[in-house]
Formats: sequence, C-alpha cells, structure tokens
Amino acid sequence: MSPDVALPLLVGLPLGAAAVSLLLLGRPLVLQRTVSLVVLATMQVLSIVVVASVWDGSVVSVRVGAVDPAVGIVLAADPLGAIMLVVSSLMLWTVMVYAIGSQRTKEQAPAFHPLYLVLAAGVAASFLTADLFNLFVAFEVMLVASYVLITLGGSRDQVRHGMTYVVIGLLASTLFITAIGLVYAATGEVNLAALAVAMDQVPTGIRTALGLLLLVVFGVKAAIFPLFQWLPDSYPTAPSPVTALFAGLLTKVGVYAIIRTQTLLFPTGGEVSIALLVLAALTMTVGVVGAIAQNDIKRILSFHIVSQIGYMIFGLGLFTLAGIAGAVLYVVHHIVVKTTLFLVGGIVEERAGTGALDRLGGAMHTAPVLAVLFLLPALSLAGIPPFSGFVAKLSLAQSGFAAEQWVVTGVSLAVGLLTLFSMTKIWNGVFWGDPARAAVSLDREHVVAAPMTVATAILVTVSLAFVVAAGPLYDFSERAASVLLERGAYVQAVLR
Amino acid sequence: MILVLACTIGALYTIGAWLLMQRSLTRIVIGLAILGHGANLLLLTAGGRAGGVPIAGADPATTSDPLPQALALTAIVITFGVSGFLLAMAYRSWRQRRDDTVEDDLEDRRLAAAVRRLDQDRARRETREAAHGEIADQHEVGVGPGGDG
Repeated sequence: MSPDVALPLLVGLPLGAAAVSLLLLGRPLVLQRTVSLVVLATMQVLSIVVVASVWDGSVVSVRVGAVDPAVGIVLAADPLGAIMLVVSSLMLWTVMVYAIGSQRTKEQAPAFHPLYLVLAAGVAASFLTADLFNLFVAFEVMLVASYVLITLGGSRDQVRHGMTYVVIGLLASTLFITAIGLVYAATGEVNLAALAVAMDQVPTGIRTALGLLLLVVFGVKAAIFPLFQWLPDSYPTAPSPVTALFAGLLTKVGVYAIIRTQTLLFPTGGEVSIALLVLAALTMTVGVVGAIAQNDIKRILSFHIVSQIGYMIFGLGLFTLAGIAGAVLYVVHHIVVKTTLFLVGGIVEERAGTGALDRLGGAMHTAPVLAVLFLLPALSLAGIPPFSGFVAKLSLAQSGFAAEQWVVTGVSLAVGLLTLFSMTKIWNGVFWGDPARAAVSLDREHVVAAPMTVATAILVTVSLAFVVAAGPLYDFSERAASVLLERGAYVQAVLR
Repeated sequence: MILVLACTIGALYTIGAWLLMQRSLTRIVIGLAILGHGANLLLLTAGGRAGGVPIAGADPATTSDPLPQALALTAIVITFGVSGFLLAMAYRSWRQRRDDTVEDDLEDRRLAAAVRRLDQDRARRETREAAHGEIADQHEVGVGPGGDG
C-alpha cells in the first residue's frame, strides 16, 4: 500500500469508525469493542507502512482534495512523525485491550468507544498535519475527546480536577489561536513549510516573540516548567486506562509540536535554545522533587511525567543532531514505559481498591507477575542499564557533554538518581514487605481479567525489544533529527 | 479602524484574563468565552484591511482575505462546543456541592494541614521550653516571689 492511501486513512478511518461506533449504541457491547479493536489494529498496520516508506530518511506527503497547497489540506510524514505514529498506535490498541478487560473503568459507558476513536484520529492528525491551523484543529479534536474521557463517570473528584484540566486546555487553545493570528499577520502563511520559508524574512525580534509564544502554547500541553501544575492535579483522578493513555500520549503530542515548530520555524536556536535548556533543567528537577512528597502511585508517576518531559526538551534545546536524535529516542522510550507503569498502577488499584502506598504492601508475594511487570519498566525509567531508558539517557548525556552543556547534563544525571528513589518508594510501598501487615493486600481472590495483564506484558516486551533494536532505532532517530534540522526535504515534500 | 479593533482586542483579553482568575466557576466560563472572542477578533484583524466579498472571480486586490475568516469560523465552532461542555461541568459541580467556587485540591489541603501541624508542634515545643526556662530561672533566683514572706 502506498503512503498516499495510508496517510489520509490514518485520520479518516478512526473518525469514520467513531461514527459507526455511535450508531452501535444500545446494541451488544461486543460490536463496539470489535470495531474499536479492528480499527486500532488497522492503524498500527498503516503506521508501519508509513514508517517503512520514510525509513531511509525521506518525507512523504499527500494533498487531500488536490487543491493548491496554500489553502489545501496537506498531510505529511517525516521520520519523526512516522515513529510517533507507530508508537502511538501501539499504545492505542494495547490500552484498549486493557480497558476491555478492566471492571472499574467506564469502558461500558456509552460514549467511551466513540470518544476513544476520536482521540485516536486527533493524535494521528497532529502527527501528520503540515499546517499550523490544522494542527490547532487536530489538537482540539484530541482535547475535546480527552475532556470527556477524563471526566467519564462524573464523580465529584473528577469534576473538580477535570475542571482544571478543561480550563487550562481551553486557555492554551485560545493562546494557540492568538499565536496563529499573529503568525499569519507577520507572514501571511499558515502552511508549516511555507512558513519556514517566510519566517526567514521576518525581523529577528518578532520571530523570537512568535517562537516563545508557540513555546508557551505547546509548553502548557507538554507540561513543562512552570506550566505543569494542571497535570499531577488532573491525571490521577481519571479511570486508569485513560490516565495511562494520556500520560503516555497527550503530553508527548505537545512535545512533538514543540520539536516540530521550533526546528522548522526557528531553526537557529539562539536565545530560544538557552531558554529551552534552562526550562529543561527546571522541569526535570521540579517534577522529580514533587514526586518525593507524594503517597499515591498515580500521583508519583504523574509528577514523573513532568520530570521526563524535561529530558526531551533538554535534547531539543541543544539544537544539535545528536541532541535531537536523543530527544526522539527518549520520547519513543518514554511513551511505552510510562504507559506501562500507569497500567501496572491501574491493576494494583483494581485489585486492592487503592493506590495509597501506606496501605499497600507485600504484593511481591501475592502478585509476583505484577511485581515483575512493574520492576522492568521502573528500572528502565530510572535509566538502569541495560534497559531502554539507559540507552535513551546515554545518548542524551553524550550529546549534552559533546555540546559542553555541563550544568544541564549534570542535572539530568542527578535527576536519574532521584527517579530511582521514587521507583524504590513505590516498590517498597506496594511490593515489598509482609502482606499480612498491609491494610489491603492484593490477594488471590481479587484477580484481574487476563486482557489487563496481557496488554501490560505486551508493552513490557516492546520496551525490552527496544534494547535489542537500540542500534537501528538510534540510526533512525538520527535520520529523523537530520530531516528536522535540514528542513529542505520537509519543505520540498509539503510544497510539492 | 485597525486601532479601534486593536483596543477592543486588548480590552477583551484583559477582561477575559481577569475573569479567569476568579474563584467562581461561572466567571471562569464567561472569562474563557470573552478571551475566545478576543482571539477570534485578532484572527480577523490579522487578515488586514476589510474589502469586497471574496467570491471566485472577484479581483483579489480589492477583496478581504478569506482565510482568516475561515479560521475564525472554525475557532468559533470549537470554542462554542467546549464552552457548552464547560457549562455542563460547572452545572454538575454546582449540583454536587451547591457551591459555585473552585474547590481546593484534597492533596494540597492535606499537605497544608501537615505543614500547619508541624508549625503548631514547633510553637508548642517552644512555649514549653520557654516555660521550663522560666521555672529554672525562678529556682536559680532562689525562693521566688513568695520568699520574702
């Protein structure tokens, strides 16, 4: 199959399926489940087709509706967008399998499946669009679905925390429109490739201002310091699969948008580069320190999302080939590992009814499989060799030292140790100790359905596979970084 | 004309931002709506001078720029949808608590309470130590106030 068919299908298929899923309301749930799983599996296949076609570092694009690129809808996939698509599709279908197995999530709620598919379409569209305004629309499609998913059930707690999430999201969207308006006023373009060309004519001051404004907009979505407070506040209250998916995917879509816009529109770095490095160091530190005070699995992990975002921004802030390649590798590793950890947290909650560390204990004896499923990604997150986190951190640290950014690189290494501390805290609280002493235990009567464990195991396997495939994966990240830094191939493909 | 629009946009952003920082959910929702209006107006202004109707066949030199209008239209629809959802949530929040203000975060409150407890403990310890000190002082002086009797 050619990418000309695959790119529009990746966006259109889940949207169409969402409509079908709505029509299936009131019919047996198995129909909705089948539609979702088939469509998400198809997305996985399509995204692999896309990656195969850009594997050598080329860029593919397709003009939907075949009109003038200045006003038409251009979808384009470069190595970065393609690898993000593959990993996202993987998350989407595994988390769906997990949700189907789960009893406590509102998967049976009438709107769950259609919304999930709309979210999938929004995520795919964000990675594929080559137009600043369509990026806004894709973000909104994704966010509107996420607003409903995060408050699904409508308990008092969810409404309280969901409100924060929606208001912050809407504020960021308004800022995004503002940024688009100003960019259009300055250049007369919204197409990303045309913008990249037109931006060179804009005076430096205005260009820096626009770059920083877009950084704030996507910084809110990506939860970088100091725009992150909404994240640890709202994520833990959502149903577990929803939290896992958001934790793995949504903030990373923001990171993707930062990488895309900063490299394409403001390629020299300059002052923005220094700002990014400072923000990266602060984001890493504040996130990891915030996690120390927490007592709930999901809250600890939520703070760690913030901390990990710092690493990605760090790689980008270097504006070197190795730095951006490291950032890409880090994003890919992080999406898988973080989602896995949240899925394990969800299983613990489902079995014990709580995620509070001081009430749990001894799960290693009562749930040994779960303990292993937690331990592997936790060690990976902390960057212990030989796991995928180590590979990603190593490449970042190397590029940091090569660029002679001693302070930020030093911070990133220290934060790795503190991450290990938090993971140990969860391990001690949940898995270590005597199960008889714990207030609640994960006894054998409370087992979860097989799909939950299977989905988690699949993701753990994938993150282990990263280690084996580290070489080719890093080479591909490097090709992705060179496409981002050189810009020519992307601009040519989009304006073709 | 551009100046008037610029001032209007500025005023809308200011009012919106101010309302957004209030504790009442209703004001937050209205604030977001006003901010949205400001942003849409900004999009329109970004299109430059107003001109004739931009339909096919018209001279592009004399017509308005249609693109920002299309963008603003899309943005309006999206803001409308999300505002509706926000209102529904604000209503749900009011039904659950009979109160329109944003609630404190439970975890934050717990942390704040812990800090307050620590402060109180320290204050109590200090007063106790101070009291001990006074008693010791009295012993050192000798018999104390009653000794003269």
